[in-house]
Amino acid sequence: MTLILTALAIWVATGILCLAIARQSRLAQILGPAGVVLGSLPATLAVCKTLLGGSSTSLIWPWAIPGASFSIGLDALSAFFVLPIVLICALAAIYGRAYLKSCASRKALGVPWAMFNLLAASMLMVIVARNAILFLFAWEGMSLTSFFLVLFESEHGRVRRAGWTYLVATHIGTAFLLVMFVLFGRASGSLDFDGFSRLSSMPALANLAFVLALIGFGTKAGFMPLHIWLPEAHPAAPSHVSAVMSGVMIKTGLYGLIRTLLWLGAPPLWWGYTLVVVGACSGVLGVMFVIVQHDLKRMLAYSSVENMGILGLGFGVGLIGLGNHQPLVAALGFSGALLHVLNHAIFKSLLFMGAGSVLHATGTREIDRLGGLLKRMPVTGATFLMGAVSISGLPPFNGFVGEFLIYFAAFSLLGASSIPVIIAALTVIVSLAVIGGLAAACFTNAFGIVFLGEPRSDAARHAHESGIEMRAPMIVLAGCCLMIALTAPHVMMLFAPVVSQLTRGVNPGDWMPVVTRSLSILSYLALGLLALIACLVGVRWALLSKRPVDATVTWDCGYIAPTSRMQYTGSSFVDPFVRFFGRLLGTRRTFLPPRGYFPDSASLSTHTPDSSREHVYRPVFHAIEQTLSKIQWLQHGRLNLYILYIALTLLALMAWKLGAG
Amino acid sequence: MSIWNFSCVLLGLLLAPLMPGLINRTKAFFAGRRGPPLLQTYFDLAKLLRKGAVYSRTTSWIFRLAPSVGLACVMIGLLLIPSGGLAAPLAFSGDLIVLAYLLGLMRFMTICAALDTGSSFEGMGASREAFFSALAEPALILGLATLARQANSFSLSGIFGGVVRAEWHLAGPALVLVAAALLIVFLAENARIPVDDPNTHLELTMIHEVMILDYSGPDLACVLYGASLKLWLLGTLLADIFLPLTGLTGLLQTACFLAVMFGVAVLTGVIESVMARLSLLKVPHLLIGATALSVLGFALMLRFAS
Repeated sequence: MTLILTALAIWVATGILCLAIARQSRLAQILGPAGVVLGSLPATLAVCKTLLGGSSTSLIWPWAIPGASFSIGLDALSAFFVLPIVLICALAAIYGRAYLKSCASRKALGVPWAMFNLLAASMLMVIVARNAILFLFAWEGMSLTSFFLVLFESEHGRVRRAGWTYLVATHIGTAFLLVMFVLFGRASGSLDFDGFSRLSSMPALANLAFVLALIGFGTKAGFMPLHIWLPEAHPAAPSHVSAVMSGVMIKTGLYGLIRTLLWLGAPPLWWGYTLVVVGACSGVLGVMFVIVQHDLKRMLAYSSVENMGILGLGFGVGLIGLGNHQPLVAALGFSGALLHVLNHAIFKSLLFMGAGSVLHATGTREIDRLGGLLKRMPVTGATFLMGAVSISGLPPFNGFVGEFLIYFAAFSLLGASSIPVIIAALTVIVSLAVIGGLAAACFTNAFGIVFLGEPRSDAARHAHESGIEMRAPMIVLAGCCLMIALTAPHVMMLFAPVVSQLTRGVNPGDWMPVVTRSLSILSYLALGLLALIACLVGVRWALLSKRPVDATVTWDCGYIAPTSRMQYTGSSFVDPFVRFFGRLLGTRRTFLPPRGYFPDSASLSTHTPDSSREHVYRPVFHAIEQTLSKIQWLQHGRLNLYILYIALTLLALMAWKLGAG
Repeated sequence: MSIWNFSCVLLGLLLAPLMPGLINRTKAFFAGRRGPPLLQTYFDLAKLLRKGAVYSRTTSWIFRLAPSVGLACVMIGLLLIPSGGLAAPLAFSGDLIVLAYLLGLMRFMTICAALDTGSSFEGMGASREAFFSALAEPALILGLATLARQANSFSLSGIFGGVVRAEWHLAGPALVLVAAALLIVFLAENARIPVDDPNTHLELTMIHEVMILDYSGPDLACVLYGASLKLWLLGTLLADIFLPLTGLTGLLQTACFLAVMFGVAVLTGVIESVMARLSLLKVPHLLIGATALSVLGFALMLRFAS
């Protein structure tokens, strides 16, 4: 526990120090990243001790607030979720130092680094907290620090709007959690997590708590339709922060959900069904929204919604397996989902860093204004490709391994005798297949249009590779993508204790050999595939080495002067998809066709607003505003009357208390 | 596991280029022509392997890497697929997903290579390929899921290892629907009529052919051979459903399997001869229709099983 406390202390201390030297950007640029990296070392050590050593520790200090105690603990589940936090935060800090260098002259960097350090500390605190009040404090700290990080470029109106949306959404989520914890506190008589395990004997409360947790934690995790803040806030933040938010922070929502499920005892089947439905909606709709985006970072943000959907499917299958008394299915589903948690943290951060590197080099995130960057930014391009293949769930990278286990779980569920279970399994399989096909289309688009072909603008033509500080984290993450796939059976050692924790009472011998066997086959296959590719490349090289190899222009049907403007753009690439899904997603198309014999102008633009934002949230918020505006006369700006309100409220409360007592 | 399990893989590697030849001869027969020699693809491959190469200046290493990756994917895929009642050399739970995703990787690289040339025609082909294959993916996986549920196995060898024949009696109609869905996937994935016309000469209307316009020499040989192997691979899947061979051994088994495979090629040729290619806007309907057939097959199968 000392190790975790040390990490927390380092992060909080450097955070506060950075606040103190807010104006001295140079010093903050050293202190901030150094603090993050330094603090991640003891935390990593603690994680290794818990996951590999199998020991879980805890610590309780009294706290003056009623009901609260400074109680923290590190079990397998917590340790597994701390792992991506330390890895990604440390790499993002190294990357962020170089990324923010260009802003050092016009912005004070003390506050952003302070917030980054405090964000890391509060995420760690959320995962290790063992008391509801401590948890909510950390949760709020995490929301607020990330809110300030989103506002880094607050001079732009759209960034301020994004920040506002984020702040509102995250607090709505927290409100549900508050209610949930109050209910728990009343039922168990204590706000310490240890007492909550008594809740498993109250099914009515458990059902209510499941719904509250799904909404409260689901808002943070970005499940549809609670995701609306995510595609606004994640792209607006600086890229290293986007990497942390999308890769790690949204996982805390998932952690919260799993932790709650552990208290609630044996899950009824409908929880699993609900998670499958939520996952299928988030996954399929999320990936459709990815396709129609024109902005690289917004695309990645929507893809986080999609991947949270995959996680929902995995955990849903796991819960159904538990409810249907099929321990193997449960273990497979949970293993797949947990592996995907780790994988998504890695490749999503990698892709956000790649997008940041592109933004840094060209000043634009518009896919249609980029092109040909692979030759100008070879390392960014190659690592982005590895991330893109991974996130599309294709072998031989890590994304495939996690999805494979979820498929395996769903296929094993097909043999069940109850029709609803079979339908749920089929939903998972179809959703994963649809997501797989569409994700490949999205990421061939992202990689192909941004990095291949000819540059589509001067900005892209004069792009340059980023410095070593930005390249190194991307190389490390891309290496992780490959290594996880090649050493999958060993990676299982990291999440196997968590699966045991989730499938309580199931003998590990029932599922461990099956998972290990599948993972070793997959890793051998990945190795075989890479070896075969290497052989074929060698053969090709040998064949061509002594023969003439010419260079010329691309075949263009006989045009004399092909220009880069003739290339297919991202928008044209996705046009068939937009035509097909457009009506479903509410895409607006403005088309001015060329007119006359000598047309002087023609244009086509498509825009896809988020449908749940347009059709759910806007009307609801509008209605609330309308209702509340009727009592706006209460708010007039006269301080003495405000004080009177307070006095009257206190008086009323006292009278009520006395009357009740 | 015997030598025969590997012999079918070896046969596939050797005989796959015969499939396009057979299809073309069938088409020529219908058109009243003599047609190219049966071994034309072999001649093409031999010629291309002896040549140098020309590359566009726009292209990068992606363009040069893609054919090798694609070929490697189908070669590994060939190890996973059972041929006519014989288990695959590599059979394990989940191999059907691995197979589908290996084809996905092949497609991913082909699309990237097409975009790498910067040509609008190749971009067009890439866009269509991405769209159509995204629609074909659910049909394939659902079709396989139906069979998996019926055979109670999550491995291709388990599904086709002699179980299917028994299923034809039990759940024939369901199997017919699944076979129809897989036939559509087979035609779409291999860029055949009615989805794509391998013989078209207009870049604007091509899908697969246009994506590989800029390849030459050994790279083109790689692409052509990879396409033949993919035809063989998905053809084997169809052959396994249509004619479940059980109880045969040795040479007889191999001979029957080859006869069915060539039957699939002739069937493709007949389909190509008797129908026109669909307009590009109608292809999605066909592919979604295939998914619907798979779903229907699944529903029917549940009914028969209960």
